[in-house]
Amino acid sequence: MINQSYRLVAPKQIRTEFIDEEITADCLFIRPTYLSICAADQRYYTGSRGKEVMDKKLPMALIHEAVGTVLYDPSGEYEKGCNVVMIPNTPHEYSSVIKENYLTSSRFRASGMDGFMQSVVKIKKNRVLPFYKASPNIAVLLELLSVAMNALEHFDKYSHLQKQIIGVWGDGNVGFVTSLVLKKTFPNAEIVVFGTTEQKLNYFSFADQTYLVNHIPPDLRVDHAFECVGGSGSEKAINQIIDYINPMGSIALMGVSENNVAINTRMVLEKGLTLLGNSRSGLEDFERSIAFIEENEDVRNYLHSIISEEVTVRSIADMHKAFENDLRNEFKTVMKWEI
Amino acid sequence: MTYVEILAGGKGTRMGNTEMPKQFLGLGTKPIFIHTIEQFLLLKEVDKIILCCSKEWISHAEDVIEKYIANKENVFVVEGGKDRNETIMNGCRYIEKHFGLNDEDIIVTHDAVRPFITQRIILENIEAAKKYGAVDTVIPATDTIIESKDAKIISNVPLRSQMYQGQTPQSFKIKDLMEIYISLTEEEKKILTDACKMFVIKGKNVHIVEGEVYNIKITTLYDLKIANAILKERENK
Repeated sequence: MINQSYRLVAPKQIRTEFIDEEITADCLFIRPTYLSICAADQRYYTGSRGKEVMDKKLPMALIHEAVGTVLYDPSGEYEKGCNVVMIPNTPHEYSSVIKENYLTSSRFRASGMDGFMQSVVKIKKNRVLPFYKASPNIAVLLELLSVAMNALEHFDKYSHLQKQIIGVWGDGNVGFVTSLVLKKTFPNAEIVVFGTTEQKLNYFSFADQTYLVNHIPPDLRVDHAFECVGGSGSEKAINQIIDYINPMGSIALMGVSENNVAINTRMVLEKGLTLLGNSRSGLEDFERSIAFIEENEDVRNYLHSIISEEVTVRSIADMHKAFENDLRNEFKTVMKWEI
Repeated sequence: MTYVEILAGGKGTRMGNTEMPKQFLGLGTKPIFIHTIEQFLLLKEVDKIILCCSKEWISHAEDVIEKYIANKENVFVVEGGKDRNETIMNGCRYIEKHFGLNDEDIIVTHDAVRPFITQRIILENIEAAKKYGAVDTVIPATDTIIESKDAKIISNVPLRSQMYQGQTPQSFKIKDLMEIYISLTEEEKKILTDACKMFVIKGKNVHIVEGEVYNIKITTLYDLKIANAILKERENK
């Protein structure tokens, strides 16, 4: 079949490209229904990844957060119309030690291979999971949730048991879902969120406490912390965490920065801190995420609150509108895919 | 029920020296009409697909479908008619005879040689045909349209903003389509090169679905070259 891939060819330029897709038995054909824009997509869209990276990766369809319906399953296992979430990480080998999202041989959608901005997505069957209770416009946030699940698993494995106060730095999308997952997983722990915008912090109603980063009580201490800031704010956030964290705490790093980050290693050593790197997610994280939203109606409601805008996409002009509006939106911009 | 009728009756007379009708020529890895059928086959909204082609190409079409399409149980090859509208009617008669007709049944008719059709265009055709009964797929005209009755002198230059170029699909409630066709005189049938025009001359509303510039009709060798040039393989990058 001839597929349409809506590829970014240069900053803020999207072109329809036609792909001759082979129908193979190990793949499914999915019609995307909802796609959501991530900061990583914006870095490509606006061209802030730098010329070298852009030259290497483009043309490429953006978006790695998407749900869709099964159009065709050559093996007949999935029924037509079944709601599924698509997993952007695509492993090419198995390791019993290294998680699929950290294997250097793995490929990732919208980072070296086409993302989900396509008319139809051809995808390996083991990169798709069905969901039933959540509506697709909420389930589109499953990938974001799975990233938090990946970090949580890592944290749970390596952090010490004293978890009375857990701090989350960052009042954006990642901060929101991470603190939500933490609150549900450690109901007895106090979840404290640190941000820069009062208005955004107001959305974190499930958190035990929120603070603006320039108004933190001097005697406040957290046992562990999650850094969900990224970008130019990473340095300040990580160093503030190092100041406010109790000795032997773990710091889960989740924010992506284009530049190297200078951190106070003297205090990292002095306090015996553990820094945990986290990136992306794999199949198991998606399975946990689906269970999480299917079992908790309140989680579905909380997730709904961070969808700032839903843009119906029927043309390339609509795609531009979604990306441009997203730069101004407080939280997530979701594209209802009707092209 | 939603039926799709792929019109593959063309004889390929405008394709220069190629021996096969254009719809059977290769585009990328497979024949043009297979790409077209596959796009419809993916949709759960589509119940059955009728491919209409001239009698002498039926066996060839069946062989090619056998070779390329795995889930072909809802694809039927039917003999076309002497012109476009007769071909459409043959498809409708086949449906009536083999599956029966209900008031709500619709047919989405589409040129086999427009393989760049999108899921959106198909879905909007189905939706609009169910709601309004008759739908055409069009794009706004980019060139100024000139009318000349004698091919020598311009008789009219219509306002471009009101001009559109017709593409396919054209979709209809089958019973309405058949009724209107039967009501036409032989004279009327001769001048009707387009199914939507039947509705228009009978004073019925035909609704519009927006097409795509790239939903091109592969009519000439030049079109086929362009189509092959814009079609890419899926790289494993």
